[in-house]
Amino acid sequence: MSNEATHGHPEVVTTHEAHHDEHHVHHHKETFITKYVFSQDHKMIARQFLITGMAWAIIGGLMSVLFRLQLGYPDQSFPFLEDILGRWAKDGKITAESYYALVTMHGTVLVFFVLTGGLSGTFANFLIPLQIGARDMASPFLNMLSYWFFFIASVIMFSSLFVQTGPFSGGWTAYPPLSALGEASPGSKVGMDLWITSMALFVVSSLLGGLNYIATILNMRTKGMSMTRMPLTIWALFFTAVLGVLSFPVLLSGFILLLFDRHAGTSFYLDSIYIGSAALPNEGGSAILYQHLFWFLGHPEVYIIILPAMGIVSEVMSVNARKPIFGYMAMVGSLFAIAILAFLVWAHHMFVTGMNPFLGSVFVLLTLLIAIPSAIKVFNWLTTIWRGNIRFTPGMMFSLGFVSLFISGGLTGIFLGNSALDIALHDTYFVIAHFHIVMGVAGFFGMFAGIYHWFPKMFGRFLNNTMAYIHFWVTLIGSYLIFWPMHYEGLAGMPRRYLDYTNWLSFNQFDGLNKFISTVAMVVFAVQLMFIFNFFYSIFKGRRVTVKNPWGSSTLEWTTPIVAGHGNWPGEIPEVHRWAYDYSKDGREYISQTEPVTPDEKPH
Amino acid sequence: MSTTAILLLAILGLGFLITFQIAKASEYVGVLKGEKKSFEQSNRVNAFLMVVFLVLGLIGIYWCHELFYKKTLLPFPSASDHGEKIDSMMFITIAITGVVFFITQILLFWFAYKYQHSDKRKALFYPHNTNWEILWTTVPAIALCVLVGFGLYYWYQITGNAPEKALQVEVTGKQFGWIYRYPGKDNVYGKKYYKNIDESNNNELGILWDDQYSHDDIVTTEALYLVKGQPVKINIFSRDVIHDVGLPHFRMKMDAVPGTPTTMWFTPQYTTEEMRKITGNNNFEYEIACDQMCGNGHYSMRGVVKVVTQSEFILWRARQKARYLMVFPDRDPTNQKAVDTTKTGTAPPPPVAAKR
Repeated sequence: MSNEATHGHPEVVTTHEAHHDEHHVHHHKETFITKYVFSQDHKMIARQFLITGMAWAIIGGLMSVLFRLQLGYPDQSFPFLEDILGRWAKDGKITAESYYALVTMHGTVLVFFVLTGGLSGTFANFLIPLQIGARDMASPFLNMLSYWFFFIASVIMFSSLFVQTGPFSGGWTAYPPLSALGEASPGSKVGMDLWITSMALFVVSSLLGGLNYIATILNMRTKGMSMTRMPLTIWALFFTAVLGVLSFPVLLSGFILLLFDRHAGTSFYLDSIYIGSAALPNEGGSAILYQHLFWFLGHPEVYIIILPAMGIVSEVMSVNARKPIFGYMAMVGSLFAIAILAFLVWAHHMFVTGMNPFLGSVFVLLTLLIAIPSAIKVFNWLTTIWRGNIRFTPGMMFSLGFVSLFISGGLTGIFLGNSALDIALHDTYFVIAHFHIVMGVAGFFGMFAGIYHWFPKMFGRFLNNTMAYIHFWVTLIGSYLIFWPMHYEGLAGMPRRYLDYTNWLSFNQFDGLNKFISTVAMVVFAVQLMFIFNFFYSIFKGRRVTVKNPWGSSTLEWTTPIVAGHGNWPGEIPEVHRWAYDYSKDGREYISQTEPVTPDEKPH
Repeated sequence: MSTTAILLLAILGLGFLITFQIAKASEYVGVLKGEKKSFEQSNRVNAFLMVVFLVLGLIGIYWCHELFYKKTLLPFPSASDHGEKIDSMMFITIAITGVVFFITQILLFWFAYKYQHSDKRKALFYPHNTNWEILWTTVPAIALCVLVGFGLYYWYQITGNAPEKALQVEVTGKQFGWIYRYPGKDNVYGKKYYKNIDESNNNELGILWDDQYSHDDIVTTEALYLVKGQPVKINIFSRDVIHDVGLPHFRMKMDAVPGTPTTMWFTPQYTTEEMRKITGNNNFEYEIACDQMCGNGHYSMRGVVKVVTQSEFILWRARQKARYLMVFPDRDPTNQKAVDTTKTGTAPPPPVAAKR
């Protein structure tokens, strides 16, 4: 931008830029290390986040398959489990210790390492500079650090799986005193220290990333790219980054106090505890304080997961319906409303902790308010495809699947956000069904939509469509088959996080259903492996992208070369003249953002 | 590894291989047929599958309901009065969200099918319409007002103060079980302090025996006895980590937090015997399920609630020996003949007791 301002003549600018670029390349000869490992190119960092996230998704998904084996077949033993897990599955049966470790790690890994690191990390890095027209992030170096902090956090979390006393096993929310006292659970010994360390580094990674995203979006938009011309992906990633920057520090403070309670003898969360045949000296703390600190991040966290997915879906859906997104300003407004409300609803996770009923009622009201922007988004998506001309690319199908899941899971949120109903449903399978559909599977669908849509931009090749369609249909059907019936288990009062229900008179009537769910979960997991295969196979052998803009999209990332180098545009950064959604306007398929508005064009 | 595992892996691998070959072949076929033609074909198939998914999904929802609704708690009346409110709230919510669910899902998949790509169709340039947007802001807002209104009305009734005449009972969670305490005839609990807990001397709650009120307190782990028709106020404690007193049949739930007492109250509506008849299950028991992850034995933290009639309850309570007398059998009047009578009537010397 500054270059263009200083040079009046367009030709002069071009030659200067070209020369500059040559110069640039000459001076920074890229080695394997600087190109693939310690890269400062936002596109490479995005790919690093994506592949690390995928590795975690396989691990986290495999964990769920293992504990689903226990839940579906509590009376059987699987000798091969002992081969994999050793003493954690003595005689082929998953022990309580390993079951709770698996459940806890499944939650931690998928919420933080896959759907936060893997999703925001990938698409914020990849899309922000490309879609706003910047050569890179505001600070490529901090961006690189952000990945490497994520990587170290990953290594530490992974190493905790191998310690003698096992990884942390008190649930991904890590409520003290269970998480504070080694006497309470073997997983709360050294496994918990590793968990906290890893999470602290993860927070650092998130903050470095988030600050960079905000700075880049606010300062580095190309000429003409006003905030209201940005694609919705960027708006969504912007609000996501704001949420992360404002709430992750609170989580970190909660963890630090927890660390003090564990090792420094403080009593922030501990009071009147008798455990392991001894009374602890700690008095005066409040276990509930931790829950406030945790959920002050924990609730925005679910929006940190779902907002990028919403942004991706809005963009992919508009491109493939060949229609502008309906109600752009309403979409931005509803993202904003969700981001604000995200900070004001955390205590709806704590209706049954004995909180003041009046306080509870305030949180009921604020929580149900979220349904309004959510409804706006759903109806706007529906109107976007109405009278469109839909191309069922894999990205589009995952976007449609996302909307379906978001409706299904969002509506059950209205049950849980209403405190009176939450008394009955809290911590039952109803909750599992709710958040897996609306945050887990829907988050993944947004991520898949993004991967299928931008894979050609990332790797210059297409993913295989047949495998993509199988992937979509099996995952969509499978997810509903797994999670829909869980609502009924919840309505029977069946509690979460139980190793075995056979000794309970009230909850043992679902053994057939549990087997069914476990079987479907395995099928769905197998299909995800097929996706992973498709991903890596296509990087090297996929159909080549032959045109710059294969989807006929109006946004800036498709104006770069098919395989863009560091700096994204070989010449000048294109100037933007219009919003991102001129599809099917004035009888034209699409009009790129770089095209000047003609005088006879109808304003939108 | 067992042979079955190897066999399963082989089948899985083969399945992958076949899918992969088909996928690769279809890509080649696509190239041969021309990109446009293969796109049109797969577009038609996927559009059709969208509507198939919708129809099968709706049938599936019905079928799922037929199979599992009868296994939930909803077909049977709630065991508590609060539960009835929660149930009616549940049905209101199911009705409202159900309508929204069916309308939006049907529109979504129907639009996807109807507006599939066609060379003849031009997409409509339709960037916004303020009236529509106002409509779908206000309608959900009104629906939510209804839900919040009902919800809070019931919420305040459920979390309000327990009636004066309520039966008092204390439930304490520990890894991994429940301890129940009744205040005895004086209806006042004796003081307790956690540093006084002494499992080997029958004092798992840390009751201060020098507090006179503690002498008739009944402590039991057998079952939580409640009276049909009499409101009960449960004071909830935890000895170690956070637990949760989950009463699925009563639709009630409250965390047990170490150091922070919590309460809940409700009125049982049916005795255990009556509920056996209602559910047609002779083995029926009201169960207490721990609903907050509390360690590796979480899943086994089960308690039993016995709802009985007033007269049965009085009988039961009369049969219970106060914990104080179990700790100090020499002060039990029924044991008096065996011990020195001179001691009776004097206040008991305090045992080693930490003071607050």
